[in-house]
Amino acid sequence: MKPFDYQRAHGLDDAGQLLVADGAKPIAGGTNLLDLMKLEVETPTALVDVNRLPLGGITAHGEGLYIGALVSNCACAADPRIRSDYPVLARAILAGATFQLRNKATTGGNLCQRTRCYYFYDLSQTCNKRAPGTGCAAIGGFNRIHAILGASDTCIATYPGDMAVALSALDATVEIHDVKGDKRLVPVRDFHRLPGDTPERDNVLEPGDVITGVVLPAPAGGTQLYRKVRDRASYAFALVSVAAVIHVEDGKIAKARLAFGGLAHKPWHDARVEALLEGEAPSDALFDQAAALLLDEARGQGSNDFKIPLTRRTLKAVLREATGGTL
Amino acid sequence: MPITINGAEYELDVDPRTSLLDFLRRDAGLTGTKKGCDHGQCGACTVLLNGQRINSCLTLAVMHDGDSVTTIEGLGTPDAPHPLQAAFVRHDGYQCGYCTPGQICSAKAMLDEIAAGWTSFVSDDVAGTPKLSEEEIRERMSGNLCRCGAYSNIVAAISEVAEAQA
Ligand SMILES: Cc1cc2nc3c(=O)[nH]c(=O)nc-3n(C[C@H](O)[C@H](O)[C@H](O)COP(=O)(O)OP(=O)(O)OC[C@H]3O[C@@H](n4cnc5c(N)ncnc54)[C@H](O)[C@@H]3O)c2cc1C
Ligand code: SF4
Ligand code: FES
Ligand code: FES
Repeated sequence: MKPFDYQRAHGLDDAGQLLVADGAKPIAGGTNLLDLMKLEVETPTALVDVNRLPLGGITAHGEGLYIGALVSNCACAADPRIRSDYPVLARAILAGATFQLRNKATTGGNLCQRTRCYYFYDLSQTCNKRAPGTGCAAIGGFNRIHAILGASDTCIATYPGDMAVALSALDATVEIHDVKGDKRLVPVRDFHRLPGDTPERDNVLEPGDVITGVVLPAPAGGTQLYRKVRDRASYAFALVSVAAVIHVEDGKIAKARLAFGGLAHKPWHDARVEALLEGEAPSDALFDQAAALLLDEARGQGSNDFKIPLTRRTLKAVLREATGGTL
Repeated sequence: MPITINGAEYELDVDPRTSLLDFLRRDAGLTGTKKGCDHGQCGACTVLLNGQRINSCLTLAVMHDGDSVTTIEGLGTPDAPHPLQAAFVRHDGYQCGYCTPGQICSAKAMLDEIAAGWTSFVSDDVAGTPKLSEEEIRERMSGNLCRCGAYSNIVAAISEVAEAQA
């Protein structure tokens, strides 16, 4: 690990000032950042410890909830209000990592976790995300875990997290404190970026920004499911995951909210698919149409071609279960 | 402020790069906690931080002044073993023993989590009260790998202690 200055932020404005410096990074749980620093994929010169800022706790917020950026993944998934009113979020968090990691992993850090692309982790390989302009070893290489939607010619990495997929389905909002001391709200759906020609930027955060919390809208009700398909039953990242909030009324799908993990550089949300489902009676034919629309621009990279049929089948299975059919 | 480890205080006068795991082993001389992967992937380094299980390899020692850590040395001794330690011995819950300190610290915290009502990904109702089953134990212990594959006996040891506590 490269040497760095360890600084503890005393207040949000202090954090902003420390973080605006070149080479400075915030550290929360450390479960992603320290992993990458050991490998020298991340080489911050100053580490700003945000853990003692007053960003804990889950509180009522209008008809919804406010989750402080330092709330651990375990605490969030164990909260009775999250478990009963936002079960898709509790399930998505519980699907990720392990209890040990989730005790340390924070809401803010989880949102900012970096890709698990093997070449991003391997300093001997070219990678536009780690070293802009060097190329992308995953294109034409091993790309089993890579994107089938929204990729670019410079990067085909996926966002690996589970929690943000549920937050996208729930249409939650990220609250950010900037270096000027102002707060701004960014919908989770717009927080992560597509790679385009700047894959080094995972999300919309600017230097000096600190995530302060996540706002959940009023409970969405309906049937809430999080299904994760992975190479082993536990402690593995998603190949494909689906977060679903579905309301069925009078034999028709009254409301559908869907987001997908493992497909793209961000949790994938496609309003066209929701619109196609809403107002229709559930049927296999309808679900086929929904999957076809979701995947109309999907493109495999070779070793990840399987994700296209896997996504189709996983979406259909989730929709059947959510509308009262069987698996 | 110092850090408290198994009830004793230690000054955190170390290079900021020092992981809590390296601090425990090298600076505090408590070598019961093991280093497997050093990347959060195996669970050998599991300790209790303020009562909760964490991977000590993925946190910095300097972040923990004022915190309290319990390692395997603090759970029990050869003369007065923790019930989980005794059960692991009775059920042969290990072969080489390298993963065992992490397994036992993890199991200790897992029983506390269930007592606190935390559900897991395999719980039928995420909002309900968790029931202890073999499937639940396996899911909740998935962060502790055992290269020797002693899993069946580990599950048996933990089940026995859980039933005795119930
Ligand atoms: C073996 C292993 C398996 C895993 N499996 C899964 C899985 O299946 N699913 C899943 O979703 N995740 C998984 N994870 C990832 C885990 O969820 C993340 O490491 C964790 O959520 C990151 O949170 P943290 O608080 O530790 O972040 P840190 O490591 O502290 O930080 C991560 C990033 O966020 C930034 N950051 C932190 N806090 C803030 C803030 N308040 N404002 C702005 N920026 C901030 C940091 O600068 C850094 O860039 C796994 C991790 C490991 C090691
Ligand atoms: S896919 Fe993205 S992260 Fe992976 S090697 Fe290519 S540029 Fe790097
Ligand atoms: S040594 Fe910490 S998880 Fe492997
Ligand atoms: S007993 Fe050898 S690794 Fe578990």
